[in-house]
Parts: sequence; C-alpha cells; structure tokens
Amino acid sequence: MLAEEVGRGFIMFWQTLSWCFRRPYNLRIIFQQMEAIGFNSLPVVIIMALFTGMVLAIQTYTGFKRFNAENFVGTVVALSVARELGPVLTGLIVSGRAGAAMAAELGTMRVTEQIDALVTLATNPIKYLVVPRFIAGFIVLPLLVIIADIISVIGGYLIAVYVLGANSVIYMRMTTEYIELNDIYGGLLKACVFGVIISTVSCYKGFYAQGGAEGVGRATTGAVVLSMMFVLIANYFMAALLFR
Amino acid sequence: MIEIINLHKSFNAKQVLCGVNLHIERGETMVVIGGSGSGKSVLIKHIIGLLIPDEGSVRVDGVDIFGLSEGELNNTRKKFGMLFQGAALFDSLSVWENVGFALKEHTDYSKKEIRDIAERKLEMVGLRGSGDLMPSELSGGMRKRVGLARAIAMEPEILLYDEPTTGLDPIMADAINDLIVDMKNKINVTGVAITHDMNSAYKIGDRIAMLYEGRIHGIGTPDEIKMSDDPVIRQFITGSSVGPIKAV
Repeated sequence: MLAEEVGRGFIMFWQTLSWCFRRPYNLRIIFQQMEAIGFNSLPVVIIMALFTGMVLAIQTYTGFKRFNAENFVGTVVALSVARELGPVLTGLIVSGRAGAAMAAELGTMRVTEQIDALVTLATNPIKYLVVPRFIAGFIVLPLLVIIADIISVIGGYLIAVYVLGANSVIYMRMTTEYIELNDIYGGLLKACVFGVIISTVSCYKGFYAQGGAEGVGRATTGAVVLSMMFVLIANYFMAALLFR
Repeated sequence: MIEIINLHKSFNAKQVLCGVNLHIERGETMVVIGGSGSGKSVLIKHIIGLLIPDEGSVRVDGVDIFGLSEGELNNTRKKFGMLFQGAALFDSLSVWENVGFALKEHTDYSKKEIRDIAERKLEMVGLRGSGDLMPSELSGGMRKRVGLARAIAMEPEILLYDEPTTGLDPIMADAINDLIVDMKNKINVTGVAITHDMNSAYKIGDRIAMLYEGRIHGIGTPDEIKMSDDPVIRQFITGSSVGPIKAV
C-alpha cells in the first residue's frame, strides 16, 4: 500500500517534471497560481516574519547580554532568518494555506469527475492542472522568502533599537557584516525545493482523492501534514549539505 | 464501429466485469442497462480509455485503443464526446469557456471564433445566450445541457452518455432524451448510453443491452427487450424486487 503510494507519487513527479519542459505553457494558469500561492499568502507571511524577527531580537538580546555580546544580536537575527527561519516558516505557512487549497481544489475536481472530463477532452490533466502549480510554487516560494527575510530583519531592528536600546548604527553594521551571499542563496534554494515539495505533495493528494466530500477532506489534511513533514525533513538534509 | 472484446476488470479483488463482449454499429445508439453497482460506469469508462482493463480490448474503428501511445489515444479521444452523470463542468470556467474548452486546447481558432462556435452549440441544446453564466448558477438540467454542448463541440463521431437522465425531474429527463435523439438525427453520431431509467432506454436506444453479473446478459431492440421472457431482464424492466436479481 505504502509502496504503491510512493511509486505513484514518483511517477507523477516524473511526469510533471517532463511536462515542465514541453511547450506550450499555459501562462494564464501559472499567473493565477502564483497569485494564489504567493500574493495571497503575503499577509500571513509578513506577520509571521515580523514577529519572528521581533522575538528573535528579544531572545538573543537577553541571552547574549549575559556575556556582553549584545552587539551580535543583528548578526544572529539575520543569519538565522536567512538560513533557517525564513524558508522553513514560509514553507510551513504555504503548506497550510496553498497546499490545502490545491489539494481541496484538485480533490473536488477528481470526485466530481472534472479530471476525467479533462481526459475525455484529450487534455492531459497533469499538464493542465499540476504543471502550472508546480512551476508557480517553484518561482513564488523564493520570492516570499526574500520578503520574509527583509521583514524579519526590520522587525528585529525595531525591537533591538527602539525597545531594548541597542545602538542603531552598530546593529545595522553587525547585520550586514557577517552575513554572506551564500547564506541568502542557500535559504532561497531551500525555498525552491519547498515550493516543489508543497505543490507536488498537495497536487498528488488531491489528484488521487476518492470517496466524495470525506475523501476530499482526507486528501486536504493529508496534503498539509505530509507537506509540512517533507519540508522539515528536506530542510535538515539541505542544511547539512549546504551549510557545512 | 466500437467492439468491446472479452473485457475483464476488477477492483481490490472484486470482479466487476468478467468478459463483456459488445459490438456497437456506426450510427446506432446502444443503451446499456443494469442495476447500481453492476459495472455500467466501469464499462463506459473503458470505451474512452479512462480505465485500463485487466484483460480484453476495446477497438474503435478496428484499432485497439489500449495498444496506442498517449498521443495516439488522445487523437482517438477527439472522435468522442462524453456527457458525465453530474455534467463535470469545470467550475472555474464560464459556460462558454467550458463548451469551447477542447477547441481552445486543440485548434487554432481565435477567441471570438471559439465563442461563436460555443454559442451555436449552446443554441443546439436550447441554452441560447447563457454563455456568460458560471456553472454554479445553473440548475441540474441546464448543467447536463452544457455538458452535452461541450461534448459535441469538437463534432465527435461517438457520444457517450453516463446516466443522462439521473437526478432530473421527469419532464427535464424527457427533454434530455429528446436532445439525445436529436444528436443522432441531426449530427449522425453513434451513441453509447448507460442508464437504469427504462423510459429513457426505450426512447433513445436502437438496441438495449443488459449488463448483469459482469457480462452482457441479453441484447435486443427496445421491442424485443419489452417482450423478453428472460427472468433477469423481466425483473429489471418491470422494476420488481422479487426475482433472480438480489436487491441488497
């Protein structure tokens, strides 16, 4: 049973990947999906990023103060956000928001025979439904992460400088001085992978939903849980590879 | 035109079709009747390659569709139109975009030309001027009509009807029956319908086949079926709970 699911999942991933490089592209649907996955997630991502940056500043400031290293708060906030918290938290939020929506939409299309209807209209449902979501996820996740990174750093700065009384010039210098481009690129690469994971897992769950409304519910829950798990697992392995 | 040969299909060890043989001639409407869960839907889904059989074949114009590559199969599918039980309209698209879907995907027509064709097809099913509605705004009968308009958009040679009258009131059901007869007379399509509605079967069918226990139990013209003294067929057409077919 599990082997069957894994096999089916890989076949779908492979088909999606190979259709990604075949024209024509349905740009209208790709943009629609970029809006659904990316733009519509912005409010949640911004709030998440702002408060993450803020809490990081408080925690590291009070911690570092014990050994007089308050100056490094900016560095720690920027590094942990760029490498880990930005991509991971964004990945988790998008899993919950966009992953659930994708699985529910495709699941409903499956149980109301709309996917079968696509096939009878000589249209490949992987190409028409899955590929645009796959491409949109791949493009949009890194964009969200860039925004999350910037907002988090701003959040950290606001708290450190205006609440905890850190020196603004030193804080900014310490934020930029020790961070390398590779830290940011690494985070963005992770984000691309998370985008692929979320869209693949969610589309897969929706695509093979069965059993009416209950089945769609199950597919949606499964999509969110599985996406989140895979995001966290992939995150560890990518961190181990990228940031040694 | 369509030959179904020794078709077997099982799901999770449950044998649904065990050797279906059925020939459908060009230009006729074949109605397959049978109880709920008898495998009618499974059978019709094999004809257009939505399901792959465990054994046996489906030949369309002499070509086994399960021996084709995906591209070839899709070309064969363009000969077909299918009306689904719940119409299966794409709910993110408007009515005319639904009807013109295949034209947009497979032809070079401009948006305006597709719109014109879609409006003409909608007129054929009695829904003139409703192209801008969304599927969620339609009643059950209208949805079926739009589904039918979508099925005939590419001028198919074969139309498949999955329970065309299920879920409709008797008058709307009869209107759909009329449309199905119309399709045969006006655009000369070959039809395959599955139903358990005997009124519909008598009205639209040139021949009626009864699917029972995974096989074709009997086949004949509507008059022959009405006169049949086979106990299974008699029980089904008279709608009795007493007889060889077990009502579970």
